[in-house]
Amino acid sequence: MEMIWKGIQAAIHLLLTGDPEVVEITLLTLKISCSGTLISLLIGIPFGTLLALKPFPGRRFVLSIVNTGMGLPPVVVGLWVSIFLWRSGPFGFLNIIYTPTAIVIAQAIIASPIIAALTCAALQQTDPKLRLQIRALGTTRPQYIWLLLSEIRFSLLAAIIAGFGAIVSEIGASMAVGGNIKGQTRVLTTATVLEVSKGNFDIAIALSIILCLLAYGATLCLTLLQQKQQGGS
Amino acid sequence: MKIRQHFNLGFALLLIAIMTLVVGCGTTPTPTTPAPQTTETPKPANPNLILATTTSTQDSGLLDVLIPAFEKKTGYKVKTVAVGTGAALAMGEKGDADVLLVHAPASEKKLVDNKTAINYQLVMHNDFIIVGPAADPAKVKETKTVVDAFKNIAASSSIFVSRGDDSGTDKMEKALWTKANVKPSADKYQATGQGMGQTLTVTSEKEGYTLTDRATFLATQKNLKLEIVLQGEASLLNIYHVMQVNPEKFPKVNADGAKAFVDYMTSPDTQTLIGTFGKDKYGQALFFPDAGKKMEDLGK
Repeated sequence: MEMIWKGIQAAIHLLLTGDPEVVEITLLTLKISCSGTLISLLIGIPFGTLLALKPFPGRRFVLSIVNTGMGLPPVVVGLWVSIFLWRSGPFGFLNIIYTPTAIVIAQAIIASPIIAALTCAALQQTDPKLRLQIRALGTTRPQYIWLLLSEIRFSLLAAIIAGFGAIVSEIGASMAVGGNIKGQTRVLTTATVLEVSKGNFDIAIALSIILCLLAYGATLCLTLLQQKQQGGS
Repeated sequence: MKIRQHFNLGFALLLIAIMTLVVGCGTTPTPTTPAPQTTETPKPANPNLILATTTSTQDSGLLDVLIPAFEKKTGYKVKTVAVGTGAALAMGEKGDADVLLVHAPASEKKLVDNKTAINYQLVMHNDFIIVGPAADPAKVKETKTVVDAFKNIAASSSIFVSRGDDSGTDKMEKALWTKANVKPSADKYQATGQGMGQTLTVTSEKEGYTLTDRATFLATQKNLKLEIVLQGEASLLNIYHVMQVNPEKFPKVNADGAKAFVDYMTSPDTQTLIGTFGKDKYGQALFFPDAGKKMEDLGK
């Protein structure tokens, strides 16, 4: 009990004093997670749209793969991305293993199926009559897609929240491809594990609180944005 | 018209959402790490150096002292990957690391023999100890040798917690069980598959026994309900070597950086640093510098 109390005290102390190392780790976590989410949006939304609107042979099979991908274990992604990025691997010449770029790649792979699957599900749920109506307006193909996407924007924001949540909370991939290197690839989750293994439970508790606050803050912004739209329309 | 409005609103808000994300990332101020005195730091052609090492050097905090000093002195940027000795040696065997700092001489010999590792140097040692609950139900404190201690543990109802992660400590522990020629029953022998710090926490919670390196135990002792029950036997020495991964075998290896690191670890200044590390915090040194000595002479 005393340890929990000491941990919370340490957390408040670290937050108030703005310990440079913790600030650095927090900013790096935010930067990597935002980049990962953004890339997974750029991949996931077009892919999900394609799956929902374009019939092609084997579409259901591909969809089942993407849906399975929503539960892709980060540690599996971490292992495979490292195998490819190690010097002995096919992309070793890029020299990006143990860099933030490597973490962003792994995290984008984790979140893209989530965004794609949720985008696809939301599009398929739109009213067929609405689709017919939009078409009747004489829209071009890009206009048609854009109108449908704006129709499902609440679901899209929910997809972003889910993707960001998966990325900011994962540890297996960050540890494997990032290496938890001090000042370079140490993010909040890997730093927490390290402090636990060092036996510094108070700092670990502090980091876990900061991580939760960060996840909550980002999700709060997105939720407010989502609900503002709800009220506005 | 209504749809048209809808379209604009949706467009604007989605754009804002994406912009927020982009700007959120873009404006993140780059952490202002205090610039080291770059005036005297040389700039090597390939500054990236990958060091594969064991969790014990990181968990004890030694690397936090040694690495920044090395970076400042030579200008290399070290990527320290702290894994078990087994994994560190495997990284060396694939050429995925430039330099290794590990503690399993028997396994290291293979790499030296097949020319994967060159410039093989003794750096330091500390020792392994057996720790257990203060009540000592297996009566290990009454024994003098590891063989007797392990026999007592196997015969008692206490559990033994193993790393089980193919690390240097794990290899040592397995070798000692073989030497003692006993095996605790499967339900009393539990492997965590984690680093030493975590394994000590598990041992403490389960009131079991484990083999640990002294450095990690001293560094994490404050949270543990464990005591040293056996120490001081010569076979319990934990010997650390540093070595370069052979650039002739793996052309991508940063040979200059690896050589600089080996030279740094064995230099008199670093050796003094290693010898004094931990004295202020724990009242005793965690590691004993050994550069230039022979392995056979240690512990005498």
